[in-house]
Amino acid sequence: MKRAKSLAAPAGVKPCDGQAGDCTHCGPVFGERFPLLERTVNGRRLVYLDSAATTQKPGAVIAAEARYYRLHNANVHRGMHTLGVEATDLYEGCRARVGRFLGLPAEQVVVTRGATSALNLVAGGLAPTLKPGDEILITEMEHHANLVPWLELARREGLVVRHIPVTDGGELELARLPELLNGRTRVVALTHVSNVLGTINPVAEIAALARRRGALVVVDAAQSVGHLPLAFDDLDCDFLVFSAHKTYGPMGLGFLAGRAEALERLHPVETGGEMIETVTMESATWAAIPQRFEAGTPNVAAAAAFPAALDTIDEATIERLRQHEISLTAYALERLQAKGGLTIYGPRDAARRGGLVAFHDPMVHPHDMAQLLDSLGVAVRAGHHCAQPLHRRLGVVATSRASFGMYNAHDDIDALIDGIGYARSVFGA
Amino acid sequence: MNGGMDELYREVILDHHRRPRGQQPLPGPADARAEGKNPSCGDELLLELACAGEAITAAHVACHGCAIATASGSILAELVPGRTPEQARALAEAFREAMHSPDGALPDSLDPGDLEVLTGVRKFPARVKCALLPWITLLSALEARDGKAAGLPATTEA
Ligand SMILES: Cc1ncc(COP(=O)(O)O)c(C=O)c1O
Repeated sequence: MKRAKSLAAPAGVKPCDGQAGDCTHCGPVFGERFPLLERTVNGRRLVYLDSAATTQKPGAVIAAEARYYRLHNANVHRGMHTLGVEATDLYEGCRARVGRFLGLPAEQVVVTRGATSALNLVAGGLAPTLKPGDEILITEMEHHANLVPWLELARREGLVVRHIPVTDGGELELARLPELLNGRTRVVALTHVSNVLGTINPVAEIAALARRRGALVVVDAAQSVGHLPLAFDDLDCDFLVFSAHKTYGPMGLGFLAGRAEALERLHPVETGGEMIETVTMESATWAAIPQRFEAGTPNVAAAAAFPAALDTIDEATIERLRQHEISLTAYALERLQAKGGLTIYGPRDAARRGGLVAFHDPMVHPHDMAQLLDSLGVAVRAGHHCAQPLHRRLGVVATSRASFGMYNAHDDIDALIDGIGYARSVFGA
Repeated sequence: MNGGMDELYREVILDHHRRPRGQQPLPGPADARAEGKNPSCGDELLLELACAGEAITAAHVACHGCAIATASGSILAELVPGRTPEQARALAEAFREAMHSPDGALPDSLDPGDLEVLTGVRKFPARVKCALLPWITLLSALEARDGKAAGLPATTEA
């Protein structure tokens, strides 16, 4: 079921940069390093087009997680014994590695369970600094993870939540910014790349305006870290969150990166072991940042494994991975467009999008589409993708979404297009 | 078709999906109505029933959902008129049971019509809730008629 390695460049599609080894003409980058992709589904080669939900993992990541349990397993920051020291080194090594990847010192990286828990950590942590009438500015294209924690915070603290609307072209309506961003705005929270529209938001531009107004800027980078070149400082934000599992790493691990002054403003939401300095029967003092935000035993195995994912990205180079995703996205947009009768969401220009395309076929409901594609081994996601307000804006309850990773190739998109044709034939369309 | 798709998308189901029965509004005011909603899917339907004497005389089903939910609603609109509320309830409950049983058998005595075909969906666990939504909504409409209304939309999600 292995695919042919050299694929002709389809007409009109810019191939990845010429020096790109096995990526020439957009063959997979390091595809052979992802063992799961060797399996079949319903008797067909697996065509995995759901990397925006979670990426597959390189064998090196899987091996590192197993190696942790086989050789080093112990609790961190506690034991005086050899295993405890090794486990702590691996855990702290991950923090430092993530810091290096984002261009930050390790002390500015908090280890969490994922992007969602990092966003809850920020929203909950800011509660004591906010007062009734303060405003939070979000966008209409947020994943529920960067929406519900703010709604909940607003409900509890009497805050006002405003949002930047989305244009028909799937971009933020920035003309509304001067009116939405005002003297009461305390937090601006927005996604870097939309998980439905693919839109890459001008985060640095918005952040500069927001910070000038004295608001803290929170960036949900769940869809961008590991997919486009990104340094913490370039975004000009106060906080940035992402999940390891969407970045070729293990599940159950994520990060909050922050400016030192911004992290100082957060009150610890979760309390208990690991996050304290001194505890008496009457009171406790907090440990230094970042440990202050890491109560309880963390997912050390995942942390031990994640550096192998970042190594894989660095080895491929993020520039090449980005070029590859642009090429795949351009090809997907072109072929979906050519299919006719499909609504395709988000910007037309692949260079302005992340590596995903959501679409809707009026003849085939997204659930039927995903089911029929799955019968051919093609895995896409159907539903509201945890963005119900955005789907309401788009006027549909559900869409189908194909999303790409370094292991995808043009023939994966060909399989998607053939599958859509098959789904239509089943419904007699 | 392959991958079991011929089992899921049987011709009878596709036909109900293409030309759903029960789309025309009821001639007069509804004697019972309920909404059904599966928020995580986004599937939604409105069910209205007209009754006369002992029997349900007409069903109106407005469904926004996948082919399975739509076909199930259409089959409901075809099967329910002419039955008493008790017979309709018995059919809905038998269908719910069949969807969770290994053989999916429905008693012939209930005159299950095209529902027998729909029980094939039980082999696709993720889609069972789609097939059940109209029937759970029917149970909710009948309860509302008996004054035992919950008021909330019916759902087959958890
Ligand atoms: C844009 C965006 N934000 C946040 C999340 C939440 O990530 P997680 O479920 O890993 O916490 C996701 C992933 O589903 C996402 O796509």
